[in-house]
Amino acid sequence: MRFFQHIGFKLILVVGLVAILIISIFAYFNIQSLRTNLQAEVERHANQLSETVKYSTRLDMLENQRDRIHQAINEIGRQQSIGKIRVLNKTGQIIYSSVENDIGTFVDKNAESCYACHSADRPLERLAITERTRVFQVHPDSSRMLGIINPIYNEQACWSAPCHVHPQQQTVLGVLDVTLPLNEVDKTIRSSRLEMLWFALSSVLALSIIIGLFVQRWVATPVAGLLKATQQVADGNMNHRIHSERKDQLGKLARSFDNMTDKLSEARLQLFQSDKLASLGRLAAGVAHEINNPLTGVLTYSSFLLKRTAHQPEMQEDLKVIVRETLRSREIVKSLLDFARQSVPKKSEADLHEIIERSIAVVQNQLTLRQVELVKNFDAGLPRMTLDANQIQQVFINLIVNGIDAMGNKPGRITIGSSQLRLSLVGMAQVKKAACPKRHSLIDQNMRIEGLASVRVKMRVASEEGFLYIDPLYGRRRDQTSFPVAAGVLRQLSCTECAASLHEPDVVCPLCGAPAFAVEVPTQGKREACTRQGCDWQRWEAMDTGGLREYAEVTVSDTGCGIPAEDLPRIFEPFFSTKGQKGTGLGLSVIWGIIDNHNGTIKVESEVQRGTTFRIRLPIQQPR
Amino acid sequence: MQQTADILVVDDEQVILDAVKKICTAEAFRVTCTAEAHEAERMLEGEIFLVMLCDIMMPQMDGFQLLEVARRRAPMMPVVMMTGFSTVENAVRSLRDGAIDFVPKPFTSDELVSAVRRAARLRSHREDIQSSPAGRGDTSLLVVPCPPKYVRLGYASWVSLQEGGTALIGVSHLFTRVIDSAGSIELQDPNSEVVQGTACAQVRTTDGLSHPVLAPVSGRIVETNSGIATSVSSIEKDPYFSGWLYRVIPSDVDYEVPQLTPCSSGDLY
Repeated sequence: MRFFQHIGFKLILVVGLVAILIISIFAYFNIQSLRTNLQAEVERHANQLSETVKYSTRLDMLENQRDRIHQAINEIGRQQSIGKIRVLNKTGQIIYSSVENDIGTFVDKNAESCYACHSADRPLERLAITERTRVFQVHPDSSRMLGIINPIYNEQACWSAPCHVHPQQQTVLGVLDVTLPLNEVDKTIRSSRLEMLWFALSSVLALSIIIGLFVQRWVATPVAGLLKATQQVADGNMNHRIHSERKDQLGKLARSFDNMTDKLSEARLQLFQSDKLASLGRLAAGVAHEINNPLTGVLTYSSFLLKRTAHQPEMQEDLKVIVRETLRSREIVKSLLDFARQSVPKKSEADLHEIIERSIAVVQNQLTLRQVELVKNFDAGLPRMTLDANQIQQVFINLIVNGIDAMGNKPGRITIGSSQLRLSLVGMAQVKKAACPKRHSLIDQNMRIEGLASVRVKMRVASEEGFLYIDPLYGRRRDQTSFPVAAGVLRQLSCTECAASLHEPDVVCPLCGAPAFAVEVPTQGKREACTRQGCDWQRWEAMDTGGLREYAEVTVSDTGCGIPAEDLPRIFEPFFSTKGQKGTGLGLSVIWGIIDNHNGTIKVESEVQRGTTFRIRLPIQQPR
Repeated sequence: MQQTADILVVDDEQVILDAVKKICTAEAFRVTCTAEAHEAERMLEGEIFLVMLCDIMMPQMDGFQLLEVARRRAPMMPVVMMTGFSTVENAVRSLRDGAIDFVPKPFTSDELVSAVRRAARLRSHREDIQSSPAGRGDTSLLVVPCPPKYVRLGYASWVSLQEGGTALIGVSHLFTRVIDSAGSIELQDPNSEVVQGTACAQVRTTDGLSHPVLAPVSGRIVETNSGIATSVSSIEKDPYFSGWLYRVIPSDVDYEVPQLTPCSSGDLY
């Protein structure tokens, strides 16, 4: 990653700039106010000085003691903090000055000390205090000076003095001009400015370091972890987890990422497993077919030979073994094919309790041997049900054996309970077969909604044509479309094969008044819905009026080792086994398949070291 | 058209051809073998065979296609399907499409011989019927067809749906004529399952052969006919009524029955 793209650098850049801006503004005003304050101080000092000079020389002025005036001005002007003290008469001639050479020279009216009064054409006679001061620089290189002029007004003592120098009409007799150097002020301001600069630099540096460290710790490190994790997952390592302990958003992101990876790996595993099962089925079928031909060779020749050698008893024995073992192979291949085929349940009316009793009888020896007590809590009122007794027996044998295995070597108890309950069909009933009016099947095994094969119909909106995938679970409304359709738009729906319209001319949606459409569910009537996109209306009379459906619930609980919570979602997956070498991992997935084929459900609750309960619900009446 | 052999065997596996040829030759049949379905197709054009044995899974052309050709070119010739891919679907489809028998691989020589014998006898029966129109020839050669309300799997077994959700399973009169002289019958136990298209009973004949009865529907046996266990002759005398074999609770009538042929179809074996 290039340095400039680094988030820390960007943050430092922005924060640094902001800091510099703030400090600059602060410094500007600070120095400005410092300058004003210092200058005001100098000004006050100059003013005082000017007044002091004026009053200390007043008497000498009146007495016209020029030497003494001169001396006083010289004395005062010798101080280092004072630039010049000059007294100018009305014509602009310098009559006294702390600088000897100036005496007797004329000041140009345009000179800086004359501006205040002479900027206008006519000289002012009165000057406000604030207008008396001026700041000027003689040369660009020299230090700044502050000048203050103090007009010396004519007063009675002046024109009545014995020297009679000044006539009475004159208003201003001359000007006392005191200039003070501002180099002290400027020095303070300069050093203050330098201080500000240092402050700005050091604070920006400190900020950068702090931000850099925190960005590194709070952003860069977790982001690097996330980045590494995404790369690992992208490379197919689904076991990589970040395990962040942080409480902030990045920690949340990391945990969310871990969660996503969990789900992804689960989904991938499930897909992989079901794919594995499917390919195992194909493999078994393929192997069975391939192996049956050579087996036919062996079986035909050996059985033929057996018949032809009836008079040779010593050969008969051996040939019988060959025939017998080949017949055994034939049975093995047949059972392999049966497994691969996942046979359709052969349902008939049976007593569930009887099936459970038969299952118990099969495993009775194991129960006794392992000191497992079996408790039955049967609901005697359970009616006979339509089910495949063999398959259901397989389910219970499997569950009981699992329970026994879960006990380990300790004695324990397995409780089998049965009860009857009524559940609403809405949210339970699934459309497993659907057809258009011309009996074309609309079930799409490829497009699944939450794992269930959807009902696919052709959809036309304006000139666009695609498919509507109807959620097969009645009551849940997760329909999907092959192209986006705005809510409220009416859709033309027809059969995917024969294009026959599915619209019901006599039915309108009671919610929005749009035309309704329907798919035929063989033997279970019509499942209707609204043609308007986004309208939730649906109706399946057989389910709505069917009200509650009767279910038998059987629970098989054991007091065994339990199943860890993280394994619970996976136990019905094919090939998931906690028994190591002992199990194939197919048992519970076969059970799940059997229960599903009976339109039932199976759920598991478990607590480690306390036991496991499997809860099976089977409809008492199978839908015909 | 001339008859050069009795049996035409079509299978892509040489060992099967050899085995079938050996066994059938020992039974005094003349056998022609081919591993090519297309060659079999050509042979059917120019030659007459009494019986054809045909594999289902073959390259180029599968057994069902060849069966269709055979039904068209030699309608008199019984076709026996044999396959290593012995699914219920294949068995039922074979019989529905006009094959007379279905022999799943691997089979023993006896199983093969019994199937070939039945086929040969069915052939001669068909010829007899053709050459002697009803009413004029020997009426004993004519068979009693199954009652119109029954449905049958191939020519051999029938099912009759009863009130109360059960169904009766039995064999046809033609089957008893074809196996000839049933000696005993081996039935499954009550409460066990029968699966459509697979053997549900074995009829032993006096010639030492055993003939499987393919179940026309799947279901659970609730009752076996005790009458026929003691006196097997009743299946020959009254195969459609008192000679039934099993009473079953069918498991999937809606799916399985449409695969069968109604006895009222008039399509005689």
